[in-house]
Amino acid sequence: MNFKCIEDLVQQSELKKLPIYELILQYESEKSQMERADILSAMKKNWQVMKASAEKGIANQEKSNSGLVGGDAKKVSEYLEQGYMGKTVLKAAAYAIGISEVNAVMGKIVACPTAGSCGILPAAILAVAEQKKFTEEQILNALFTAAGIGMVIAQNASISGAEGGCQAECGSAAAMTAAALVELAGGSPEQVAQSVALALKNLLGLVCDPVAGLVEVPCVKRNGFASIYAMLAADMAMAGVQSMIPVDEVIDAMYQIGNVLPKSLRETAEAGLAASPTARRLENTLYGKTEL
Amino acid sequence: MRGVFDIIGPIMIGPSSSHTAGAVRLGLIARRILGEEPVKVEINLHGSFARTYKGHGTDKALIAGILGFATDDERIKDALLLASEKGIIYQFKKVDLGAVHPNTAVIYLTGINGRTTRIIGASVGGGNILITNIDGYDVELTGQYPALITIHHDCPGVITKVTSILAKYAINVAFMRVSRQSRGAEALMILEVDDVLTEAVVAECQMVDELENAFCIPAI
Repeated sequence: MNFKCIEDLVQQSELKKLPIYELILQYESEKSQMERADILSAMKKNWQVMKASAEKGIANQEKSNSGLVGGDAKKVSEYLEQGYMGKTVLKAAAYAIGISEVNAVMGKIVACPTAGSCGILPAAILAVAEQKKFTEEQILNALFTAAGIGMVIAQNASISGAEGGCQAECGSAAAMTAAALVELAGGSPEQVAQSVALALKNLLGLVCDPVAGLVEVPCVKRNGFASIYAMLAADMAMAGVQSMIPVDEVIDAMYQIGNVLPKSLRETAEAGLAASPTARRLENTLYGKTEL
Repeated sequence: MRGVFDIIGPIMIGPSSSHTAGAVRLGLIARRILGEEPVKVEINLHGSFARTYKGHGTDKALIAGILGFATDDERIKDALLLASEKGIIYQFKKVDLGAVHPNTAVIYLTGINGRTTRIIGASVGGGNILITNIDGYDVELTGQYPALITIHHDCPGVITKVTSILAKYAINVAFMRVSRQSRGAEALMILEVDDVLTEAVVAECQMVDELENAFCIPAI
């Protein structure tokens, strides 16, 4: 089994009449020489840590080392019934912010695909699983589909903020999440691909401009927003909406955009939000003006 | 193409794979190189490590590694306190090392039996590390493979003696590097291998006459 792009995955999935997650499981088994049962149990362990981090996140009141983040997930999770967006969507946002807060306070998380974007996928899956009563087996399968999408993006573009900006981290995570949600909803391989295109397309160009160089502002709240992007992309794909630009061309576009993004907007904290007067003031308070 | 668990995973302690997980691994490898319980730690931080270590908890992560914690150990955030409770004296300094990797640390360790070591290493992204200097010797050590390290007298035949011991135990060498301070003086050799280095292998290497010391560092 070999694949170079999402289109390869869709074609092989249709040809072999196997879901994308099954192709990814087979690929991983060949590549790593691990037994199928061991691969499944490793993914199960990841999922357990993800769930634990979400529960910890929505209860979190601790502030990060810098004091910039902490406590927002709890606020959102206490507002679920009152909001415009409905309980499932707000729950996803609360979980995503919460997992990201757990990361910021030096708690245990699963990088997905990175630590900075770790809240997006588990949050959306947990929120929809509670609504639709998906089984753990269905969720694990969806995680393999998501991983397959992430593998292609890492290969053909980037999943690193320092290389491609935040589109490469939160954008990739949202694309992976959309794919997982479509898999959970019983969508076709083509619909998985459409959801990836829709999610990624609308986060293209997102820059990585972290205040004081920390994975906190805007990263933590952005995880909440990106989780919801992924849900909308999945719903649109399931409704039959198609991206005019094919998914692999969207991924290529993300790579091209990353290449022309100035270094100052790729995790260096030299421009954007990181260079705002308030960010600079916070930074000086944290590190002191005269230091390195 | 990366594997499934490079994309979903690893399980780690936040907030940053390079500033936290990589820092823990630097500390861990320093502890292994020291080879005994550390009692005194001095760490010089350069570049981004120096600038953001408090916000990222890099100081806690480095000490956690020196205490022997894994990268997913939830005690990492309390590492400074736990080190103090164990009576370990630690100190951090900010330094400018010039044109080296922005996430570089120089770790000075003193052990319970008085052994000292100085390790220079960098966290090079995604939790990966590169040790570039051990006790003045230039090296390239990633911690991804078990490694046999020898300090020996620079003279003909030493490398053959060590590698034939490895051959006898059917241990395959993946990467090797020999460096010395000057001809005929003390030299250091690092052999990164594919198989587990048992105590028997290391003990047999220690018997080689020209070797001052041989020790192994498991993959971390």
